[in-house]
Amino acid sequence: MLIRPKEGILDPQGQAVERALPALGFTGVEEVRVGRVVELEIEDASLLDAMCQKLLANPLVEDYEIQLVDP
Amino acid sequence: MRASPHRELGLTDAEYELILQKLGRDPNGLELAVFSLMWSEHCAYKHSKKLLGRLPTEGPHLLMGPGENAGAVDIGDGMAIAFKVESHNHPSAVEPFQGAATGVGGILRDVFAVGARPIAVLDSLRFGELDSPRSLYLLDGAVSGIGHYGNSIGVPTVGGEVYFEAAYEQNCLVNAMCLGIARHERLTSSAAAGVGNLLVLMGARTGRDGIGGASVLASAELDAEDESKRPTVQIGDPFEEKRVMEACLELLDRSTLASLQDLGAAGLSSSSSEMASKGEVGLDIDVSAVPVREDDMEPFEIMISESQERMLAVVEPDRLAELEEVCERWEVRSSVIGSVTDTRRLRVLDGAELVGDMPVAALVDDCPLYDLEPAAPEAQIYPAPEAVLESEDPAWILPALLGSPNLASRRPLFEQYDSLVQSRTVRRPEQADAAVLQLYPESTGPGSPGIAVAIDGNGRRVACDPYTGTVEAVLECAANLACVGAEPLGLTNCLNFGNPEKPHVAWQLERSVAGMADALTELGVPVVGGNVSLYNESGGGPIYPTPVVAMVGAVPDTALAPGYGFAREGDAVALVAARGAQVSARGSELAKLAGEELPLGLTPIDVGAVREVIELVREGARSGALASAHDVAEGGLAVALAECAVAGGIGAIVGWDGDEDPVQLFGEGAGRFVVSGRTEAIEALGPLATRIGTVGGAALSIGPVDWEVAQLRGASEALAAAFA
Amino acid sequence: MKFGVVRFPGSCDETDALLACRRYADAEILWHGDRDLHGVDAVVVPGGFSYGDYLRVGAIARFSPVMEAVGELAASGGHVLGICNGFQVLCEAGLLPGALLPNAGRRFLCRQVDVEVVRADSPFTRMAAPGQILSIPVKHTTGRYYAPGEVLESMNAHGQIILRYAEGHNPNGSVGDVAGVSNEAGNVMGLMPHPEHAVDALTGSEDGGVIFESLASVAIAA
Repeated sequence: MLIRPKEGILDPQGQAVERALPALGFTGVEEVRVGRVVELEIEDASLLDAMCQKLLANPLVEDYEIQLVDP
Repeated sequence: MRASPHRELGLTDAEYELILQKLGRDPNGLELAVFSLMWSEHCAYKHSKKLLGRLPTEGPHLLMGPGENAGAVDIGDGMAIAFKVESHNHPSAVEPFQGAATGVGGILRDVFAVGARPIAVLDSLRFGELDSPRSLYLLDGAVSGIGHYGNSIGVPTVGGEVYFEAAYEQNCLVNAMCLGIARHERLTSSAAAGVGNLLVLMGARTGRDGIGGASVLASAELDAEDESKRPTVQIGDPFEEKRVMEACLELLDRSTLASLQDLGAAGLSSSSSEMASKGEVGLDIDVSAVPVREDDMEPFEIMISESQERMLAVVEPDRLAELEEVCERWEVRSSVIGSVTDTRRLRVLDGAELVGDMPVAALVDDCPLYDLEPAAPEAQIYPAPEAVLESEDPAWILPALLGSPNLASRRPLFEQYDSLVQSRTVRRPEQADAAVLQLYPESTGPGSPGIAVAIDGNGRRVACDPYTGTVEAVLECAANLACVGAEPLGLTNCLNFGNPEKPHVAWQLERSVAGMADALTELGVPVVGGNVSLYNESGGGPIYPTPVVAMVGAVPDTALAPGYGFAREGDAVALVAARGAQVSARGSELAKLAGEELPLGLTPIDVGAVREVIELVREGARSGALASAHDVAEGGLAVALAECAVAGGIGAIVGWDGDEDPVQLFGEGAGRFVVSGRTEAIEALGPLATRIGTVGGAALSIGPVDWEVAQLRGASEALAAAFA
Repeated sequence: MKFGVVRFPGSCDETDALLACRRYADAEILWHGDRDLHGVDAVVVPGGFSYGDYLRVGAIARFSPVMEAVGELAASGGHVLGICNGFQVLCEAGLLPGALLPNAGRRFLCRQVDVEVVRADSPFTRMAAPGQILSIPVKHTTGRYYAPGEVLESMNAHGQIILRYAEGHNPNGSVGDVAGVSNEAGNVMGLMPHPEHAVDALTGSEDGGVIFESLASVAIAA
């Protein structure tokens, strides 16, 4: 699951990264958001949405995206 | 095995021969790894042990001296303060956040290992000049790491120091100090005892952190390939350590344990052999019983891993259930991994198979100790600093000094530390010359007894004169304590030097220890413990010889402890100076700004005279007579006055008959203080105190020159830009 | 009157909160694993790094057994005060609106700040005067208060903003300089500043005492 700050929420980490990249020669970068990744193994994938809603993300301020990676 | 594997592990041929003798046979891979670490500079103090014997280790308040995890002094009412400082220089140069964080973690464990609850952390940091992006990166990482660990575990970081000199560009210094409080009876030794007792490992699982760290990193100079050393850096988890700490303190409260030791450099191998050596016993360890983080770890890896947040305890078999219950409640892993024997050998087993068998004495006591071969250099070996002085006018110099990285306010740094948790902090960073903590925040009785603590090191001036520079560092620490009314009870030190096999470094080390010994003997303050970090050197040469000292002192009533800010309009300002106190620009911050060559030799100090003025200021501070007290150190008198004005938010008018000789205004030398208070209180200090002015107004004037306090404050905030 | 101060694994300022509470009434520690509140009249959820701040600040602590009981206490009108990490836990638990986000400056910040009492007729501030300035320290990395526009409007309309950082004292970029908020019913409050570190002139300021004093007086009056 990829969990990111919602658009419109100030993301100081993302801003700091966005400022630092040009100094290292990487130009043309915009809209950096820094979030986190939760990886797990699960038998019943239908539970994932509820897990994100209840614990893994804070829906008030974060968006999440579920990616299934077959073994 | 490859040819000469011992050399790759840092052992000399002669040392290897000695190991053969002690074992009576070739060591196997595990044994060689263990010997290489136990006989490394970091663990065995090969080049410094003989020298350290010169330091005074006796004192009327001493409860525990060097040799245990931390030293301890009596502070009255049956209570003790345990404290120690340690270095984590090489790991911090490779990964500053984790290096500094685990440095704090390690020193915390040393303190609660002796049974004391940690109540404060201080740090002493040195990096290259701030115009180097690398130094800024290291500073940022180290401060974040110290904050992360200390704040998370709930121990306040109450003081410290940071310096920037080109000599530390390749080899930064990160020294962390911790103090803890305990009832006398709870102070615990790490000597394993009781044949048949069980050896229990508590805390985090064991992984591959820091494998080879001690010998590879700490006993050799860093070179360009240190990227490849990154996998050996330890990763810290303060949350785990908090649980381990609470479990250990509860176990010690209940007297459940026979002894306790923390795991640090060289992991299980050093902790177990040191416990066995102190107890004059043997230990059998079964590595298959050690909880591991990775599946395929070899026995030698388990023995030398430096995974953090682990403690080793010895417990009687019939108290094991109690230990396990306490650990379970605190959610701390505990595993029986061995037992105490009478063999005087460290035997390592993997299940039923014996995979290592070494005599304890050979590991701990028989490491060869080397004599230094000191030779004074004929010329100064360090290059002159870059000149940045644009004017000789004091009006320009003062703000320039205040804004220089070594003197600017450290607010952007210390605000990253929780300095308040545990409710003891009476004087916070940059309020007074030393941190002041009340001992009993829960007490509602009258009076608030406490302690003061300060950490002071010196690099550049010790490079000018290792003996006098070190004497100065010791005296400055005592002076800082005096300013808050504290009498030093004990000292811990960290000696950070280059490669001792080089004659000029050996000379620095020998002269520095001699200076420390003489100063401490005159002051009557013992060394309770400490640390040596050598080989801080790379292609560019050695670091400045940098002894770092920290003192703990008793403050009878913390409510009376003066800060250094001017407090009241109309107060008299006085310079309190030792008889014959000398002031010179040699080796000063002014000389650094001017790009002057470092001299060889500083003006000798009359330590007895400085002792006298320190005691005078201490008594004045204790009595509540002084509204403010500040040690005159880097930048000299004018900088000290400016700092008092900025801290107090109020100016002063200081008379100045002399010509505007920058040496008088900015020159440095031990044994001077700036104090303020009511006229009668200042006069009562006697002939060593000379009134020089009066507090008041919005400007500091020294003779005909003046500066708005707001201007001086602005200048002192120079570091804020680096942390925006 | 008795305060209960919750202790989670990783709590740091629970003893400090306990000492502060004891200046005004009885107080005891409530262990996180225990659903029993032992008859306390008000609960304080303290500062620290519960569960290591893992996943998200307060995200794990909110599910502990003691928090079930705290939720029930709050639902029945009992008083709950969340300080710093405690504020974060109460927001995660849905007992307070909004969320706490990383400081705008990205770093941990420990600093004495001035806080203005916006609402002086709450159980937590009834002994203070409206507009009174309290000098209290903050120390946190994740203290930037956020609530979506409509939620904030509603909070303002219902008098749920209890404390605000004084002009120039907002240390973390909190929306509207919000330092402390309550739920709509007014019986649960959270604040980022640490009043328990402002109860003794010896260690700084005494201004934070008014919050504990207020709570203690409510319970006695009840």
